[in-house]
Amino acid sequence: MSDPALHAAQPLLVCRNVWKLFGPRAAETLAALGPDPAPERLAAAGLVAAVRAVDLAVGEGEICVIMGLSGSGKSTLVRCLSRLVEPTAGEILFRGQNLLAASEAEMTMIRRHKMGMVFQHFALLPHMTVMQNVAFPLEVQGMGRASREERAERMIGLVGLAGREHFYPRQLSGGQQQRVGIARSLAADPELWFLDEPFSALDPLIRREMQDEFIRLQSVVRKTIVFITHDFDEAIRLADRIVIMKDGAVVQAGTPEEIVLNPATAYVREFTRAVPRSKVVRVARVMGAVEGPAPSGSVPARATVAEAAPLFLDGAAALRVLGDDGATVGHLHRDAVVVLMLGG
Amino acid sequence: MAHPLEAAAGPAARARLGGGGLPAWAAVLGGFGALWLWGRGVAPWAFDYPRALVLPARRWIGAATRWLLNEADFGLFTFTDATRFIASVIDLPYRLALGALSGGFPAIGLAPMGWVGVVALAALIGHRAGGLRLATLVAACFAFLAVFGQWTSAMVTLASILVAVPLGVAGGLALGLAGHRWLWFARAIEPILDLMQTIPVFAYLVPILILFGFGPTAAVVATLIYAMPPMTRVTMLALARVPDDIRDLGRMIGCTRRQMTWRVMLPSAKDRLMVGVNQVIMLSLNMVIIASMIGAGGLGFDVLSALRRLDFGTGLEAGLAIVALAIALDRLSQAFAERAALPLAPAAGRGPVARHPYLAGALATILAAGLLAALMPAAQTYPEALRVTTGPFWSDLVAWINVNYFDSLEAMKNALLLNLLIPFKRFLAGLPWLGVAGLLAFAGWRLGGARLALIAGGLAVLIAVVDLWEEAMVTVYLCGISVAIAMLIGLPLGILAAEREGLWRWLRLTIDTLQTLPSFVYLMPAVMLFRVGDFTAMLAVVAYSVAPAIRYTVLGLQGVDPRLVEAGRAMGCTRRQILMHIRLRLALPEILLGLNQTIMFALSMLVITALVGTRDLGQEVYIALTKADPGRGLVAGLAVAFIAIIADRLIQAAAARARARLGLAAGGPREHA
Repeated sequence: MSDPALHAAQPLLVCRNVWKLFGPRAAETLAALGPDPAPERLAAAGLVAAVRAVDLAVGEGEICVIMGLSGSGKSTLVRCLSRLVEPTAGEILFRGQNLLAASEAEMTMIRRHKMGMVFQHFALLPHMTVMQNVAFPLEVQGMGRASREERAERMIGLVGLAGREHFYPRQLSGGQQQRVGIARSLAADPELWFLDEPFSALDPLIRREMQDEFIRLQSVVRKTIVFITHDFDEAIRLADRIVIMKDGAVVQAGTPEEIVLNPATAYVREFTRAVPRSKVVRVARVMGAVEGPAPSGSVPARATVAEAAPLFLDGAAALRVLGDDGATVGHLHRDAVVVLMLGG
Repeated sequence: MAHPLEAAAGPAARARLGGGGLPAWAAVLGGFGALWLWGRGVAPWAFDYPRALVLPARRWIGAATRWLLNEADFGLFTFTDATRFIASVIDLPYRLALGALSGGFPAIGLAPMGWVGVVALAALIGHRAGGLRLATLVAACFAFLAVFGQWTSAMVTLASILVAVPLGVAGGLALGLAGHRWLWFARAIEPILDLMQTIPVFAYLVPILILFGFGPTAAVVATLIYAMPPMTRVTMLALARVPDDIRDLGRMIGCTRRQMTWRVMLPSAKDRLMVGVNQVIMLSLNMVIIASMIGAGGLGFDVLSALRRLDFGTGLEAGLAIVALAIALDRLSQAFAERAALPLAPAAGRGPVARHPYLAGALATILAAGLLAALMPAAQTYPEALRVTTGPFWSDLVAWINVNYFDSLEAMKNALLLNLLIPFKRFLAGLPWLGVAGLLAFAGWRLGGARLALIAGGLAVLIAVVDLWEEAMVTVYLCGISVAIAMLIGLPLGILAAEREGLWRWLRLTIDTLQTLPSFVYLMPAVMLFRVGDFTAMLAVVAYSVAPAIRYTVLGLQGVDPRLVEAGRAMGCTRRQILMHIRLRLALPEILLGLNQTIMFALSMLVITALVGTRDLGQEVYIALTKADPGRGLVAGLAVAFIAIIADRLIQAAAARARARLGLAAGGPREHA
């Protein structure tokens, strides 16, 4: 996984103060109520706020996971990002271009070529085969049959469904159907990849398998990703950065490590309570300075403590911590690991 | 993604109207009773609507029609030009279909397919839709038509359907798509669709007769108008039910509007749309039969003329031919609908013949049948000598029944007439129109608030205002008694069937088949045994409307949460207690909807029973049809529609309240006549 700090300087997608209100005359009312109206005043005006004053930046190549329970506005937010849902107010910049100012035709072109989306309930077209489903976005663009099928073939191979090109969706299992959905969303080679609770409709075991598959795929395709989930563990596993939403607003945004170690509110703490610290805290955070004799074993600075712990099983008291360039940046002591793991 | 506001309007607002109803009802009923008993002397105008204030609606409509026909001019063309244009658009495909099926094209020396060809083609279509079993069934149905000498009439009927169905489906699809795209359009057509589905068919036969003249073209137009509203509804519903994800997908991959409609939305809605197509086919058949009154010809005309001559044998035979045609068409279209839900096997071979085996087969069949017919006239026209006729048998049977059982049948009929029908009719006829309208308005207010009160009371007053109160009361009396009997039969049957899977399977097949039969067919056996009159009409109406009473009772009882039944059993309830306190209570909303459908079915049949001499609104419409008086027909038709709308809205509101009280989700299946 890439380091978000490297990309913070060049975000691909930026949202500024995005609002989505449902109800009559939403835009006028919001403008009249001032910059940050209280929820009660919105409700009094007959409006329901699905997204409230969201600021967000997604760096190039980053996996940004938006986490929230049902009704938190996360699905509406991701639809605002592609303007499937028209935001009431705010600014959405994609490579510096304000999408809210784009015409419907421009938006169509952006969606066709720059964005891909995976849906919770797969959204496969029942009358088309796997091949036709995957090739459909290219067909819509007007690509010729031979070249789109060739490209679809590659995508189907990429998600591990080679040989099933001529199956119909209802002949596939849930996991396989979502693989088709993933292949389809990648067919047009988008820059920005939206995944709206892609694994929520799957059984826990299959979900785990698909998460691994997703990590593998991302190592191949290297997309900029906005991933929606209501599962905090899934967020921890996959995210470079997590954005936690509640009642339409962002409660906290940060790396999994930051969120688990410093939950901003009691609400966030509820989620982090059950997460073992060792699975999110990275070695770099708990290592000591380089002093004394150099230990024989070593561990990358980006590994989690849980990953480093087994290396102490042979009785070593400390490990060398290696930076990205292979140089020793610190020493990891057995005591520090024990303290963190026992501390929860 | 659910719109957050949709959840906001809850049952709370409705529940407010519920409490403390008994004293209010007692007061209102007391007032109504007082008016009924002692009001005649004080306020005679509350009983007989004053003549001077009658709205001359029928004269206005008559004048408007004359104006349309004689004077209306849209600049480039007149109204008559427009109707002539429509007629010619329909006439050409009709002639083609009829020529191919039975008439041939003498002008270019081309013979029709002949009965062997048509039967073979039907079998081939059956095989494609549902394999060998369906092929056999369909072929048998068509062969039946030939063997029993109904071929020519049946082909005339079939030709009308072949023209009406594609037009009806296309028109309904277009309207439905427009309604889906523009909300204002959906809002605008909704009340029209409501009216079209409740107004009795006879009522718009009159204006069509005047605009398009007597003949098959007019019949096809009437069929279109009749069959299009359900298709429009089904289309809008099917498109609305396409999952949000699919819609988002279409936009996300950048579909154009056209791609969205034709590549994403319609294919995704296909399963539901096919149900609509099946409905269009069955409704078209029903209507083509009824439209024999305005010159559709075919099987309907055979039944109608037999009915007029009281020639039961011939009538019943034509009726059975309609049944055969109905079963074939229904099973075929249902099989196609089910196939739409299954994945297709990928086309195996190459080359046009291998890729389209059925198309190739159909062409080969037509050619072979043509050749065969040219060599052997018996393959062209079914030989007269081999025809079987059961007509005399049926006539003899009826004669025999009438000779041997006349007295007991007559006694039964008279007993019911004297003790039930006539007293109830007198009672209703004596009620003050003002009191009834007030009572309806009050019921509407209790069940659904001011809006419903206005609809129920207002429509009732309107019936009085156009001077049709007496006829309307006769309609209510016949409909009320028939519905009561249908419910008395349907409820126990439904309760029995709900627990017995075997019985239900058999019963469902029966009522499914009964429901595919055109309403005309129901008249025949009733008339045979009891001749004309209210009693006969009542029998036909009960037979026609019992199906929804059974179906909804079963569906309602089977839909009760099994955990609640289990809980009842765990508490030690007897079967009877479980039925009375748990299952029937929870199934009540569904049963109410069943009652609603039963009333709708009864009303649509009741109008047709005008043919056997009732004295109600249906008779008004029928007379208008024979006299070609559009004003009289439409006004009486609208009055029937008003009765239907009042009943529908009141019962729907009651069902919604029952559902809200039980905390059940809104909505339920609605089948339509």
